[in-house]
Amino acid sequence: MSKQYETVIGLEVHVELATKTKIFCSCSTEFGGAPNTHTCPVCTGMPGSLPVLNKQVVEYAIAVGLATNCTITQNCKFDRKNYFYPDNPQNYQISQLYLPICRNGSVEIETEEGKKSIGIHEIHMEEDAGKLIHDDWDDCSLVDFNRSGVPLIEIVSEPDMRSAEEVIAYLEKLRMIIQYLGASDCKLNEGSMRADVNLSVRELGAEEFGTRTEMKNLNSFKAIARAIESERERQIDLLESGEEVIQETRRWDDTKEYSYAMRSKEDAQDYRYFPDPDLVPVVISDEWLEEVRKRQPELRDEKMARYAKEYEIPEYDISIITSSKHLADIFEETVAICNNPKKVSNWLMVETMRLLKEHDMEPEDIRFSPANLAKLIELAESKVINSSVAKEVFEKVFDEDINPEEYVEKHGLKAVNDEGALRATIEKIVEANPQSVEDYRNGKKKAIGFLVGQTMKEMKGKADPGMINQILTDILEG
Amino acid sequence: MANIISDETIEYVGILAKLELSEEEKEQAKKDMGSMLDYIDKLNELDTSAVEPMSHVFPVHNIFREDVVVNGDDRENILKNAPEQKDGSFEVPKTVE
Repeated sequence: MSKQYETVIGLEVHVELATKTKIFCSCSTEFGGAPNTHTCPVCTGMPGSLPVLNKQVVEYAIAVGLATNCTITQNCKFDRKNYFYPDNPQNYQISQLYLPICRNGSVEIETEEGKKSIGIHEIHMEEDAGKLIHDDWDDCSLVDFNRSGVPLIEIVSEPDMRSAEEVIAYLEKLRMIIQYLGASDCKLNEGSMRADVNLSVRELGAEEFGTRTEMKNLNSFKAIARAIESERERQIDLLESGEEVIQETRRWDDTKEYSYAMRSKEDAQDYRYFPDPDLVPVVISDEWLEEVRKRQPELRDEKMARYAKEYEIPEYDISIITSSKHLADIFEETVAICNNPKKVSNWLMVETMRLLKEHDMEPEDIRFSPANLAKLIELAESKVINSSVAKEVFEKVFDEDINPEEYVEKHGLKAVNDEGALRATIEKIVEANPQSVEDYRNGKKKAIGFLVGQTMKEMKGKADPGMINQILTDILEG
Repeated sequence: MANIISDETIEYVGILAKLELSEEEKEQAKKDMGSMLDYIDKLNELDTSAVEPMSHVFPVHNIFREDVVVNGDDRENILKNAPEQKDGSFEVPKTVE
């Protein structure tokens, strides 16, 4: 291949908002209910039912817009996008085409060449569709409208990205901003964040964009990276062999690492958008805008700067802890109780991360309370329990959020700090293991390890290893 | 009639609306649509360049609902509207993308 190509990528990101109710009715948005148990005449598109907008949806959309440097459309409205599909009971989706709530924003990402700004063309509010389940036995599909009417925002970027790395950095940035705002949990694998990739290639230095394709069904960062690489190569191969790229929507199959065309521009839908007459315009006053602005929480970049100053923990710790709003909240609340930032950070970075990995969980899935972590740290720091017992108790805190004080008491896990009793045990061990004692005295200092182990076994793991070491050394050297 | 609707247009509109029209109905629809467009042309004679486009007939805005779950599980009633149902869901002909 002699020519050099550049990849041009723009993203459409759908985010499910964390409201309690749907966008136009008072049904619950809770995930995982039995089919159609969160439905009403509005979200099943019954004739005569009328939508009423959920105020919280507007507030979240404004919050995301402000955090991504957008201009807020203070006079906005909803439009109908018309199409027939069984998951869309009204035969139209209520969305925003003419006056989307946010426009002309940007976020900054880190790239190998330094900081780069990615433009945001617009953010609009819309409703999600229902879910179709295909019946394998009967020749039919089943429709569950629990998701119908769940609020979404769609964030449309400018075609500013040039590689999979930039796309992932952009998505991470959006996810952090939205999670910190509490506007969504942004889980790609559960579909609360979905990304469609628009990609074209052009010869390096060319002014004009090439013909783009849109790729759907990307539900992990890895799938996104693989799909981008594969589509880039497919388009370059076409151009190299003198063929043309066709503007079309393609569906990515991550197990086959291959995409296939869903529909091309020729049979592209004609959505016949028009203003929804059932919904009145949304007017966002300066006062309302200011209210939302004042309520904006501390975002990740600000938090990172504050941690460095306030807690004096290493930059690496800060980047891990702030990579999840939930983790950062646990950190701050625990430090507020036990006032030991470095220890809290260690428990989160080492044991918590190990257990998360072991259970294949995300930091958002952590269920233990800061109070119980703080108690555990206090028990360990005051040497009421030794370090191996502390790890054991922590697993219980992690799994069941037990109260460490009660647990230690109930299971008799307190470290034995009674020197007399410990010394008596050690003397017994020394007497029973003359070979090890001789080895030690003949210069094989490592032999002490065996004796420490034997003592610990005898003490059922509850002795302080430091103390055993000290007493043993005393006896052996004496 | 100033506006003549072509066969292609009426065919296309029929596809969009998921309607199958007989030859007779097509001819009628062509006539109806033509006269509707004539009427629109009449409206277009008015200069509206200084008028803000209206999206709603009532001069009201910001009708909101608080984010509180009020609706309970009313599946049984909702499914009464389903021509066919199965396993608590609306049953429809098989649809595969």
